[in-house]
Amino acid sequence: MSGARVAGGVAIDRSRTIHFRWAGREYTGFAGDTLASALLANGVSLFGRSFKYHRPRGLLAAGLDEPNAIVQLERGATTIPNLKAPYVELYDGLDARPVNAWPSLDFDFMAVNALFKRFIPAAFYYKTFMWPNWLLFEPLIRRAAGLGRSPESPDPDIYAQVSAHCDVLVIGGGIAGLAAALRAGHQGRRVILATGGAHWGGRFAGSEELVEGRPAQAWITSALRELAGMPNVALHNRTLATGHYDDGLVALCERVTDHRPLADRTGARQRLWRVRAGEVILATGAFERPLAFANNDLPGIMLAGAAVAYLHRYGVLVGRELVIATNNDSGWHAAVSLAEAGARIVAIVDARSAPPQTLLAAAEAMDIAVRCGAAPERAVGVKRVRAVKIAALDAQGRLSGKSERFACDTLLMSGGWNPAVHLHSQAGGALRLDPALQSFLPNPQDGIFSLGGAAGDFSIDSTLAAARGAIADPVNAPARPVWSLSRTAEPDPLAWIDFQNDVTASDVAIAARENFRSVEHLKRYTTLGMASDQGKTSNVSGIGVLSQLLDRPMEAIGTTRFRPPYDPTTIGVFAGHRIGDGLVPRRRLALEHRHLAAGAKIEEYGGWMRPVAYLQTGETEAQAIAREVRAVRNGIGLFEASPLGKIEVKGPDAATLLDRIYVNTVSTLKPGRCRYALMLDENGMIFDDGIVTRLADDHFLVGTTSGHAAAVAEILEEWLQCEWPSLRILTQDVTTCWAVLNLAGPKARDVLDALDSSIDFAAAAFPHMQHREGEIASIRARVARVSFSGELSYEIAVPWRDADPLWTLLTAAGEQHGLTPFGIEALMTMRIEKGFLHVGSETDGATQPQDVGFAAVLAKKKSDFIGRRSTRRADSLRDGRRQLVGIAVDDPQPVEVGAHIVGIGREAAIGSDGWITSSAWSPTLGAPVALAMINNGAARIGETVQIWDLGQRREGRIVEPCRYDPEGARLNV
Amino acid sequence: MMLIDCPWCGPRSEREFRCGGEGHIVRPHAPDTVDDAAWADYLFYRGNPKGLGYERWLHRFGCGRWFNVVRSTTDHRVTAVYGMTDPRPELENGR
Repeated sequence: MSGARVAGGVAIDRSRTIHFRWAGREYTGFAGDTLASALLANGVSLFGRSFKYHRPRGLLAAGLDEPNAIVQLERGATTIPNLKAPYVELYDGLDARPVNAWPSLDFDFMAVNALFKRFIPAAFYYKTFMWPNWLLFEPLIRRAAGLGRSPESPDPDIYAQVSAHCDVLVIGGGIAGLAAALRAGHQGRRVILATGGAHWGGRFAGSEELVEGRPAQAWITSALRELAGMPNVALHNRTLATGHYDDGLVALCERVTDHRPLADRTGARQRLWRVRAGEVILATGAFERPLAFANNDLPGIMLAGAAVAYLHRYGVLVGRELVIATNNDSGWHAAVSLAEAGARIVAIVDARSAPPQTLLAAAEAMDIAVRCGAAPERAVGVKRVRAVKIAALDAQGRLSGKSERFACDTLLMSGGWNPAVHLHSQAGGALRLDPALQSFLPNPQDGIFSLGGAAGDFSIDSTLAAARGAIADPVNAPARPVWSLSRTAEPDPLAWIDFQNDVTASDVAIAARENFRSVEHLKRYTTLGMASDQGKTSNVSGIGVLSQLLDRPMEAIGTTRFRPPYDPTTIGVFAGHRIGDGLVPRRRLALEHRHLAAGAKIEEYGGWMRPVAYLQTGETEAQAIAREVRAVRNGIGLFEASPLGKIEVKGPDAATLLDRIYVNTVSTLKPGRCRYALMLDENGMIFDDGIVTRLADDHFLVGTTSGHAAAVAEILEEWLQCEWPSLRILTQDVTTCWAVLNLAGPKARDVLDALDSSIDFAAAAFPHMQHREGEIASIRARVARVSFSGELSYEIAVPWRDADPLWTLLTAAGEQHGLTPFGIEALMTMRIEKGFLHVGSETDGATQPQDVGFAAVLAKKKSDFIGRRSTRRADSLRDGRRQLVGIAVDDPQPVEVGAHIVGIGREAAIGSDGWITSSAWSPTLGAPVALAMINNGAARIGETVQIWDLGQRREGRIVEPCRYDPEGARLNV
Repeated sequence: MMLIDCPWCGPRSEREFRCGGEGHIVRPHAPDTVDDAAWADYLFYRGNPKGLGYERWLHRFGCGRWFNVVRSTTDHRVTAVYGMTDPRPELENGR
């Protein structure tokens, strides 16, 4: 005997048949069914195999608290593992499969694990499989772990994100939530009402129970109609509140297309809502508890409320011969509903010795056998329950006396109700234990209100009053706590607490015995509550069992920390559009189109897309780089340097500020002059370098590396606002206001002279390391004569929008001189030839100015600047610090960056003397060039050393960093 | 994600801000004259209180201004927002 379709079912549409596939077989269901309800209606009772012992399992619940019916949906790139069958809406063509069972659910090879059960209880892997070597067993155990399979290709779906603000966010679409939304809506407030499932009405959907004199479903329908007519109320179903954060921020995950056939899905699959609410109302209901007795995990054993949900929502009767085991009133109500639908109630077994008389009378009127003060001892069956043994409970709550056997095909359990306090707790709300419910209730918290089941209020009248503003103080009839049903003080080893992670009541006893007595240790040692159902049907029961074993009150044990997400939420929805190019926006040069037209190979450098080199037909990259270097050294090259940071610093105290920021003295710069300067962090380490230009007495242009433009701009403001607020200065990051073209090479002046400019470029009028403002062919320009290549060089800054006309002018004027665009690699080659520092290559987090040839500058500056004090620590002043040098090798193969320098005679590379920091093939020298940071390097010029790289050794020589034009004659033409 | 009350822009999402760490860190006035221990204290040692503490925040993706805040590290609530140069308020009793 198993489930079947009967009359009723408020969520389904019998006029629309759905075809779907489960475990390789074709089935049909109705629109509105979930995968679980449709399979139940088709008589399926075996839904899965448990995680460790591969025990046959059926449905336990009707929602996202389901621990057993874990399914794999679809295939290939769209496959989703570990969904809960009651939470999967049925759609045409759906293809789902069980997990963790091979070759089939019916015959699962790994069920053999059950034979070894006593050797693999909770936490077995901490104590066994040690000898001879845990690593022999680990891969096998890991392979056996897990349930479904992850997809192996990138997620093909699009995910949207949206922000929303409202006065009231109501979470939960049951009676409590609907009533709260109505009230707030009538008050004219902006309301968002969200519910995770597809259906409205929560626990009372499809119920005939009276709400304000009407059948519940009628009340629900009319409430929805009223809410839909209010323009200030937004209704969202299939939208689960997944996280509750500070200050009324709640994350909702909306399943936009998951319920549609694959072929009909367009647009975003899911949408993340970030809602900032003035007030949050939690009408999230409560979760029913199972009972823990031997074999309580057999298929056909289900929560009583779930059976009612399947009946009222989907018109499915879960079985024909039912036994109901309960410790509170709701089990009885379930019995009545199911009897009215045609089930035969074999018996109601209540742990309480004196249930309410009204219930007893109703049962008698329906000719239902009743046993009070009794509870299940053991369920009997193999692939489905076929009988249950009942025994009386003694005063200590232990099973005793002769057991009585009831034949049945279904056993419904109700061990009590746990208010869903997750969202309350995530936002920091405190909990208290309710002795009647034997569960945790939310304590009042500013801005967060709980209503209905979520507040432990199971009375419709009381809940409606609270939703309308009354202060509720729900009074519940005491349930009899029956955490662990056993004949002795020892819990039964077959009494399941956490069904998905296969944790039994006796596993809790193991944890307690081994002194893992805090609730957080219990969780992690046994894995109770750590499965995809996140302990919704097991956390409180586990605390109850532990409480009994330790003889410690539940409120003293407490709950584990609640963290978002409330239910497993797909990572894509948190990423939204921030994937691929959307994750880190690529910054593009002003003249990207020109570079591409000239044959540039573009790659990313520090967030900017820049030319590596300009490949001519038939050229390799190396050939292009060499050609570009020769063109610059012998003729004229053109390079876009727009990403270099430019920060305007203006005010009477500008010079004072910059003296405090830089190692160098800046205040002595005359207007129109440039200085290469180093900036340290307060720890004395080099943070950035750049050219500082004085435009006027009170006006400076701070240059930074391309990667640090924004950071340096922030640092200036931080010091100004926080440490020196009395300085009269304004700063402005203008990096992307000015495009910069670098004209470099001996013929640079010839090209500029050919243009109609207001600037005099003659050598005497415009010396090296100076700056001029004016116009070049009517384009406003700021020109710095500075050089990173080591040749005559002008950096021409024009407004970003004028870069293109400038490029046209320069290339036209340069054509007769063989003007050659050059890329990053050519520039880097030339600066390595010159021994020029590149922050981030030669410098790391420990490099200080004295290490890179700045000792004299450092010593000369007497006033304080950021990091100065740190350069006077013992470690900064000691001998043997790594210093910037060059490395020469005799054969033509460039050395590897990162290769270690080892003195001759040292055998091991451990404790190296330093490493290669930059390396290139130099077309200028016809040999490799490299820079390195080597212990005491400046004193070791000329020394032969070994270069060690991945086990290979070669010889090299420490040389001066500058290998080309050390006097700088070519700079001063 | 907290809502932070920027003194210029009003309540904005935490995502617009950068936390600058502990507030009221005093930079030695004459760094040359302090010993290594005092300088290390300034560089590295922080109060790291459990509960209310002083912090400085930057409205990075907003007005670009720094300001001071008293905030609890246990429950995140902000009990004071004041200017960078304003004197710091006394902390409430308790955490």
